[in-house]
Amino acid sequence: MLSMLRRPFFWIITLAVVAFALAPVYGNDVSLRESLLLDALYITLASNLNLILGYAGYVNFGSIVFFGLGGYICVWLVNSYSWPLAPSLMVAGVCVSALALIFGLGILRLRGAFFALATIGVIEAVQAFVENFTPWGGSAGIYLSSEIFRPLGGPAHALWVIYFMMVAVMGLSLYLSYAIKTSKFGLGLLAIGQNEDAAAILGVPTPLYKALVYSVSAFLPAIAGGLYFFKSAFIQPSDAFDLSLSTEALVVGMLGGQGTVTGVAIGAFLYEELRGYLLTSSTFANFQLVVSGALLLLIVLFFPGGLMGFIYSRFPRTQKVLE
Amino acid sequence: MTALLQLDKVSKRFGGLQAVKDLSFEVREGEIVGLIGPNGAGKSTLFNLINGVFAPDTGRITFAGTDITGEKPYRVARSGLSRTHQIVQPLTNMTVLDNCTVGACFGKENLPLARAQVAARDAIAVAGLEDRAHMLAMHLTIAGKKRLELARALAAQPKLLMLDEVLAGLNPTEVEYMIGVIRRIRDRGVTILMIEHLMQAIMSLSDRIVVLNFGQKLAEGLPGEVAQHPQVIEAYLGNPKLAEELQGSSAHV
Repeated sequence: MLSMLRRPFFWIITLAVVAFALAPVYGNDVSLRESLLLDALYITLASNLNLILGYAGYVNFGSIVFFGLGGYICVWLVNSYSWPLAPSLMVAGVCVSALALIFGLGILRLRGAFFALATIGVIEAVQAFVENFTPWGGSAGIYLSSEIFRPLGGPAHALWVIYFMMVAVMGLSLYLSYAIKTSKFGLGLLAIGQNEDAAAILGVPTPLYKALVYSVSAFLPAIAGGLYFFKSAFIQPSDAFDLSLSTEALVVGMLGGQGTVTGVAIGAFLYEELRGYLLTSSTFANFQLVVSGALLLLIVLFFPGGLMGFIYSRFPRTQKVLE
Repeated sequence: MTALLQLDKVSKRFGGLQAVKDLSFEVREGEIVGLIGPNGAGKSTLFNLINGVFAPDTGRITFAGTDITGEKPYRVARSGLSRTHQIVQPLTNMTVLDNCTVGACFGKENLPLARAQVAARDAIAVAGLEDRAHMLAMHLTIAGKKRLELARALAAQPKLLMLDEVLAGLNPTEVEYMIGVIRRIRDRGVTILMIEHLMQAIMSLSDRIVVLNFGQKLAEGLPGEVAQHPQVIEAYLGNPKLAEELQGSSAHV
């Protein structure tokens, strides 16, 4: 682990995280904070999706299920059992990871388009379950009272605490992506992504690795979901299991460059900034999915390697520093 | 010499096709065994049965004293049995070094990453790919990809190496080079079971030869014996009398 400290890329991540955390503190800029919070959320979702999509080569449309379920478990524990935020988040992460491991062992037997379809099925199934699950408020969802912010020093202070926690989750996602990429586990995943049959013949324990990465990629998005819906003080199935957010996470990965840590993070940042602009501008409001569709088409056609693919081919030396 | 790999009445059927039938033979430690036979004789299927791509319908396969019948490919690889593919299967978007590191990481020794890279470099040197270690596998020529298959299997430091037509599609210079490589691998104490169509090469390399036809064993023995075997000549040339004619004509010379 100590050898990580000697790698430049570790410090690049650390620098980015510190910049995120400090930027809105100067000048107490609340609107910048809200915008960066969404950036951090997108980077978290996209980086974790990248573990299974970019490394292991499995197209997962269901990544949003981890986010939504994490949100539900956390909000429910806070609301019904008056748990504090931190343990609720941990429990949400662990439960969703365990659930993903069980799902993963089942649906990861499928490959290619069949797997992608099955993950859409997972979203639909989980959403249908939650809509009919009365302890979680069914389709009406769960509202939190403003009392929940009191332990965090009142609403205004709580929003800062939540922001720093979200940035921490983003940082952990980036470190995790990097640590996996440079590990034996990561090498096995990349081999699976290239040619699963050849990987198995070379000795990579494919079913175990796939289920593990599916489970690992669920943990931090579940915590991010808990934070996000705790902040909103409201959760309902249509927000928690929104297929379009899953699709956006896929677009972000392709935009930045699948399988790279830097590219996915930059892609998520740029995409979310663009989305924020489109949503608030009067001409393009509610237009952002059309733009993401068009972007995806252009990337697939002209830049299959995404942003990092382009940078690597132009400046091969960056490959040694930027993972 | 003890048997490293033992097949006992192994059979496999694909629908109406009996690909392998009641096949028994063994490979002893330290030898090179050649597996020959006409196209469709079941040679590649046999490799797939041994390393777990398919499970045999009946029969038993024992490797180094353990029963590996129907075991998953990654478990077979871990137990010290590596193979190459007739149709090359490189991890295309990874470098030659990374390809071999995968082999070393997940092979018999289950090495950690840093030591796996050392083993990978060693295997790359044996296969003569040092100058291309950092090239992406997809950019190699077919001869390069064949060497990569070999290097990757070797990086796993196997006890038994199964080679599926590593010489096919190579030009004579490349063939000669590969024969040298295979000899060097054997000298390191690796047992080899190889499929090959190139008769001169397999006759000179093998200690023993097993001949398959229609999924059954037609003959087994020293290269010289097998080459004289009338049924083998018939299987290859199609005319039952051709063997006698050839022998007759050679007697006249």
